[in-house]
Amino acid sequence: MTETVLLQIHEPGETPIPHAEDASLAIGIDLGTTNSVVAVSQDAKPEVLRDEAGTALVPSVVAYAPDGSAIVGQLAKQLLLMRPETVISSVKRLMGRGLKDVKTISGTLPFEVVEGEGMVRVKISGRELTPVEISADILRALKERSEEQLKQKIEKAVITVPAYFDDAARTATKDAARLAGLEVLRLVNEPTAAALAYGLDKDAEGLYAVYDLGGGTFDISLLRMEKGVFQVKTTGGDAALGGDDFDHAILEHFLTERRAKYGKENLTSDDVKVALVTGRMAKECMTENDEGDFVLEFNNKISSHKITREKFDEIAAPLVERTIEICRNVLEDADLFPDEVKGVVLVGGSTRVPLVRKRVGEFFEQTPLSDINPDEVVSVGAALQAEALTVGSDNLLLDVTPLSLGIETMGGIIEKVIQRNTPLPVAKAQEFTTFQDGQSAMAIHVLQGEREMVDQNRSLARFELRGIPPMTAGAARIRVTFSVDADGLLTVGAEEVTTGVSQEVAVKPSYGLSDDEMASMLRDSMVHAKDDMEIRLLTEARVEAKRVMEAVFSALHIDSKLLDEDERAHINVILNKLDEAISGDDRHVINSMVDDLDRATQTFAQRRMDKGMEDALSGIAIQKLENAIDA
Amino acid sequence: MDASSQNLTVKNHDIHPCWSCKGPANDTDLFCETCHAIQPPGHADHFARLGVEKIFDVDVDSLEKTYFELQHHLHPDRFANKTAKEKSLSQQQAVSLNEAFEVLKNPLLRADYLLQVSGVAGISHDHTVNDPVLLMEAMETREALMEADSIDVVNKVNDKARRDVRDCVKLIAGAFCEMNLDEARKLALRLKYLTKLLEETRHHKARLVMGSS
Repeated sequence: MTETVLLQIHEPGETPIPHAEDASLAIGIDLGTTNSVVAVSQDAKPEVLRDEAGTALVPSVVAYAPDGSAIVGQLAKQLLLMRPETVISSVKRLMGRGLKDVKTISGTLPFEVVEGEGMVRVKISGRELTPVEISADILRALKERSEEQLKQKIEKAVITVPAYFDDAARTATKDAARLAGLEVLRLVNEPTAAALAYGLDKDAEGLYAVYDLGGGTFDISLLRMEKGVFQVKTTGGDAALGGDDFDHAILEHFLTERRAKYGKENLTSDDVKVALVTGRMAKECMTENDEGDFVLEFNNKISSHKITREKFDEIAAPLVERTIEICRNVLEDADLFPDEVKGVVLVGGSTRVPLVRKRVGEFFEQTPLSDINPDEVVSVGAALQAEALTVGSDNLLLDVTPLSLGIETMGGIIEKVIQRNTPLPVAKAQEFTTFQDGQSAMAIHVLQGEREMVDQNRSLARFELRGIPPMTAGAARIRVTFSVDADGLLTVGAEEVTTGVSQEVAVKPSYGLSDDEMASMLRDSMVHAKDDMEIRLLTEARVEAKRVMEAVFSALHIDSKLLDEDERAHINVILNKLDEAISGDDRHVINSMVDDLDRATQTFAQRRMDKGMEDALSGIAIQKLENAIDA
Repeated sequence: MDASSQNLTVKNHDIHPCWSCKGPANDTDLFCETCHAIQPPGHADHFARLGVEKIFDVDVDSLEKTYFELQHHLHPDRFANKTAKEKSLSQQQAVSLNEAFEVLKNPLLRADYLLQVSGVAGISHDHTVNDPVLLMEAMETREALMEADSIDVVNKVNDKARRDVRDCVKLIAGAFCEMNLDEARKLALRLKYLTKLLEETRHHKARLVMGSS
């Protein structure tokens, strides 16, 4: 730690500076499939962090040394060609995904995976790692890099996620941040972050579309921007469609050519990893050039391949058309036509593909806006939001849930509880009943997606409700509340309505980590986990104590005449003690002082309530009197 | 403040101790008047929550302004630094506000809701229509849609569907105005159907304008 942030103490009675201890810098992180970018905003001036060479993009590539230490970024990317077995890239595509979600290249996976249920695990440098742990290593590297550059400890961040990320992928991202020792102030959708940065920079007003084609994900969001409000109308996308798929498609084309020459070959995951680098180079070449020559070399055989503009467009077309199809659906959902969109903002490195620009322009009947850096704008938006959440802001981000949320009913049909494009936060309740006498537990399967049948949608979790009071079949009424918060994360609560007994909800995430797994990873990852926990609890105790003090100050300010001098003095003594406790670092002392203050102000609170009642009653009396006069 | 002083016909139980400063707070307060702590959303109806009269004929634009203004103060983004309790209350407030706005901005949901708070059964569970005139109209519209193969023709069908919806909304406003709830309910069912038809024509138009899916 290079700098200690001291708690600001104020005199009792003075207005405190709001939450001075939280004013430490929070960063904005665009955690991308291919590259990640960090930005920070101070005094509403966002700035992208760059290395000595002026580069903002940190490749989201991790290499694992034999001792288990992680190397992240450009160096890892270079190691990919030499030691592919130690390197992993595009791990974002695996967040909250199962084995069957992973795409192969000519039947070979670009990762060595471990067979099993739940979230996929990869073998790397002889270790078995979850995507969460690998992402945590990327985030840790970004955090350290930022701390070096900003010369202060960074503990809070806004992290962006694709708008179309489901609950499992969002939870996985948040878990990764926790492992990296970062508190996530908010998960912000990438297109929304881009819109915030773009809108503020250009004073944009009206209805805009943000077309965000990244390395592994595609999002399209329609937003209304006006002074101080960024309101997402509808959003759509594909969490498994991005620039990587262009690389894959080019490589598949090369491999088909190669098979014509050498016949069928067995490829290893490492072969595929290296060959994908060539596929990627070919794609990038086609941004500026109309043709290029490439070679593939494995099994000691070299094959050369030519790509032309025509061929590349042919390969890319199905992918681009898929994004256009999604744009069409999103406009339909918003009940809008292309000419009603004022501007189309392009975000994500893959929007450099000329065919993408051409087709997006044709579809929206206008030239897309490209007066921003498509690689950096998301991180800038994240930084602005990070500042808004720590320091404050006049801007308001109103987002929606990208996918409908439903539960499994009889016959494998989904009953939707929350529709897609519902403004967040949202909570909806659904009532269930028992079908057996004395039934004490009930299983509920929660899914996300738009299709009718359970097996066509993404399973999020299975919940078991336990402790239902014994009743006859059909008599119990269990109200299950599904809440999606501003991060797009789901929580479930349950209560038996007739008895008011709340139910225990045991969560078994389908593609997530269990609480136990998470706890053991936290233990492994943080040597100082206990200290960190202690610091967090202390901070929480201070925030709570300050809230209590402020509440008492406010009450004293208005109602101090309800106390005699001795009583006032007594409360003041305790206030001073609490103030002292807050500046110390023993949370137990703080908490017990808070309790003392609570006890010391009980009579005061009672008198204030009595006075409030009297005032209200006399108000009614006056009202009656006035009514009588009026009549 | 005007609204709260009009509210003096409160019964005693409408005043409760603020969770934070323990002093008196009103059920409808968003923030405690004494300590400014955010309060639970309470049980206000959607109209009260958005500060409008309990009538059908609301101005959606000004409703939206109020919605944004309230979100500016209540949205969880404003409470990122606060205690867990305040975060949770802000989420509850924002949820209630979102729900109120989603219902009131939409004429069909608004009519349904107003019927319910007026003590009449809503229409959300009515799936059958037994109004022969309406059924006939629907059939004609669908036929016209099937035959419409140019934007111009679809536009005409679409314009008519929009007019029908608009007219129906006006009639509903009138019915509510005269407190004729049976008529309002009948018209709301009609609106439900017309809205569906309008959606179908919009989809048809979308397919023509943006290419088939």
